[in-house]
Amino acid sequence: MTEAVLVNPLDNLVEHFPSGWLKKDERPGYTGFIVEREHLLEFARTMRDDFGFDYLSMVTAADYIAEGKFDVVYYAYKTIGGPALVFKVQVARDDAVVPSLVGLYPGAEFQEREVWDLMGVRFEGHPDLRRILMWEGFAGHPLRKDWKEPFYEEDVKPFKSRWPEGKPVNADDRNPYNDNVQYPEGFDPESWVPEAETLLYSGLQRVSHGEEFKTDELVVNMGPQHPSTHGVFRMVVSLQGEKIVDLKPVMGYLHRNHEKIAERNTFLQNMPFTDRLDYTASMSTNFAYALAVEKLMGVQVPERAEYIRVMMAELTRIMNHFFATGFLLNDLGVYFTASLYAIEERELILDIFEEVSGSRMMCNYFRFGGVVRDVSDEVLKKIHKLVYDRIPRKLEQFDTYLTNNEILRTRCEGVGVLTADQAIALSTAGPVLRASGVPYDVRRADPYSIYDRLEFDVVTGIHGDIYDRYLVRVEEIKQSIRIIKQLLRDIPSGPILAGKPAYQVRVPAGESYGRVEGPKGELGFYIVSSGKPNPERYHVRAPTFINLTSLAPMARGEKVADVVVILGAIDIVLGEVDR
Amino acid sequence: MKNFGKRFGVMSSLGVTMGHFFQTYIVDLVNGKKRYRTAEGIESRRQADTEGIFTIQYPEESLPLPEEFRVLPFLVYDEGENGEKNLRCTACGICAKVCPPQCIWIYRATDPNTGKPSPHPLEYYIDIDICMNCGFCAEYCPFDAIKMDHDFELASYTRGEAHLFNLEKLMKPASYYERIRPANAACEAAAKAEKAKPKA
Repeated sequence: MTEAVLVNPLDNLVEHFPSGWLKKDERPGYTGFIVEREHLLEFARTMRDDFGFDYLSMVTAADYIAEGKFDVVYYAYKTIGGPALVFKVQVARDDAVVPSLVGLYPGAEFQEREVWDLMGVRFEGHPDLRRILMWEGFAGHPLRKDWKEPFYEEDVKPFKSRWPEGKPVNADDRNPYNDNVQYPEGFDPESWVPEAETLLYSGLQRVSHGEEFKTDELVVNMGPQHPSTHGVFRMVVSLQGEKIVDLKPVMGYLHRNHEKIAERNTFLQNMPFTDRLDYTASMSTNFAYALAVEKLMGVQVPERAEYIRVMMAELTRIMNHFFATGFLLNDLGVYFTASLYAIEERELILDIFEEVSGSRMMCNYFRFGGVVRDVSDEVLKKIHKLVYDRIPRKLEQFDTYLTNNEILRTRCEGVGVLTADQAIALSTAGPVLRASGVPYDVRRADPYSIYDRLEFDVVTGIHGDIYDRYLVRVEEIKQSIRIIKQLLRDIPSGPILAGKPAYQVRVPAGESYGRVEGPKGELGFYIVSSGKPNPERYHVRAPTFINLTSLAPMARGEKVADVVVILGAIDIVLGEVDR
Repeated sequence: MKNFGKRFGVMSSLGVTMGHFFQTYIVDLVNGKKRYRTAEGIESRRQADTEGIFTIQYPEESLPLPEEFRVLPFLVYDEGENGEKNLRCTACGICAKVCPPQCIWIYRATDPNTGKPSPHPLEYYIDIDICMNCGFCAEYCPFDAIKMDHDFELASYTRGEAHLFNLEKLMKPASYYERIRPANAACEAAAKAEKAKPKA
């Protein structure tokens, strides 16, 4: 009998495939495999079906202009947990075509559209490859390194015009409007007919006639200015009577090209910009970005700082879930009563954030290697009072108020159902994924910070409907309280920042992907550094943007009144969706 | 309609709202007038065990600001014996380099005799329309010369030039800084004293 030796199947993955299909990525600081473009589909199918990498978390691309090629980067995970499978396809810049993975992983749909829109990599076989964040009259692909924005000043910050001979110049004066507007070749704004809209409308599924009752077919635009959409978000819905036949989300109204801004910034300067992504949960976005950069830098975060970080992240989760459930009720038509009840606790938590970080929402609290400033004992006492008394009491009240309310249950049960298989295939994350019965939580599946030492349960639902999403959120608040109690008990004293505060950090060349379980789902930052003070590539895996892929499958067959609630249960933030 | 008729969910929900409604009156009756427009009243409404009406009636009342609260930077100057204003700023440019939206412009002074750069800002501008209140300038300033303000009531009828703050608008005395951030100022003074000790 031979002793079975456990090997990581990824170690000899190259031998598993015919020679020439893939090779290890051996650039210093890089991981994963480089797959040949012709064999991408076959490789991905094998990895999904034979190796169990069923969850395609992130798709993005990086522009290596010096080498004249794009890297299309894929991060796949197993929903049973464990590290990532990273694979890349390298294509020449003038021949940027890659086979689409939407057939295998439907969750890649929006992400591939985003890569096409911003980077100009065409995905062959994509069912609906239109621009997603920019408009059709937009010239070029803004994330390409040779694309320059209208108010372009220099490639990277800090700008030389600021010091030592700084003279303020208004950006409008330096670059007056109309001089900097560019259109695609052959595009005339005067005679432009919005073709994209035609494409959008013709892409909607319609019902063939010949049913027993003749019902009217109607296409309705909900949004961009609609109170139910939590911001500027538009849903184009085709209706058969009151039933939804198909739905297409339209976004990008709040787009500011966060990623281009970030590539002009230095690493540290990006920290306050990450606050503006998910502006209701800025501590979590700070956390993910800090993790990604720390992975590259290789700094060890002091113990006390880890405790403070996790404490803030969990308070953010509590606050966010209160907010989400409150506004779910608002979407249901309860108007503001329920959401205002829910916001009271949020207010008390924001007071704590204000005290430690100086700002209620734009916290900017994390630094590479720790946090800005220590948390005083008074603040800890306040948190203690909240988690031991106020929030549990509030949850009990919430329970009486909502959980067994017949109206709420009738509206939410069995509506917007997403099965576990669908949820995984659509790459949903966070409460949406877990409510469908998939116990996938980054805090457990791929622990970061000190989560491996903490006791908490991964909350799952059974039915995958809106009611379960509500229950999962309420239960997650309870688990967060449990975590914070452990943190308050064990928090050590000591330094809160590794090394001295430095305004310029040295980040070695390489790539990294830092991810946390944000309140809305897996929140990740993909960062490529070339050793310079500014990131070469910076990409945000925005959970709600990808969760929106599941909106159409959830809404099909439901009534038009329910689509508002279905959207509310995904819990989107447009700052993050549109970036 | 399967959910109806089994439980009394809606009734208990209405009970909660009703409870909230009456509680606001009960709390107000018990506490009397001192609950509103007094410092202790505001403070009591921010505690974890507060009940009843929760909101602060801005602008009649306003929340006490925590020390770390940050809106817009200002330049700290020390008052000399004869009333002169000694800016702490040395025009080293770290704030301008670290500023994420690049809203700080510094023109460094030159010594008229030697022509070499001298450690003073000749001009210093902050475009407050661009400033994102991140606090990096104050955090990384090695001379404690630039600090974040507490004054958040900034609404005005104009923009553009009026929002480009120059030295005159940015300078505030050290006493003001010590008043709005007592703990920070004490901490910095202690560090300074510590540094000066070995030399003496």
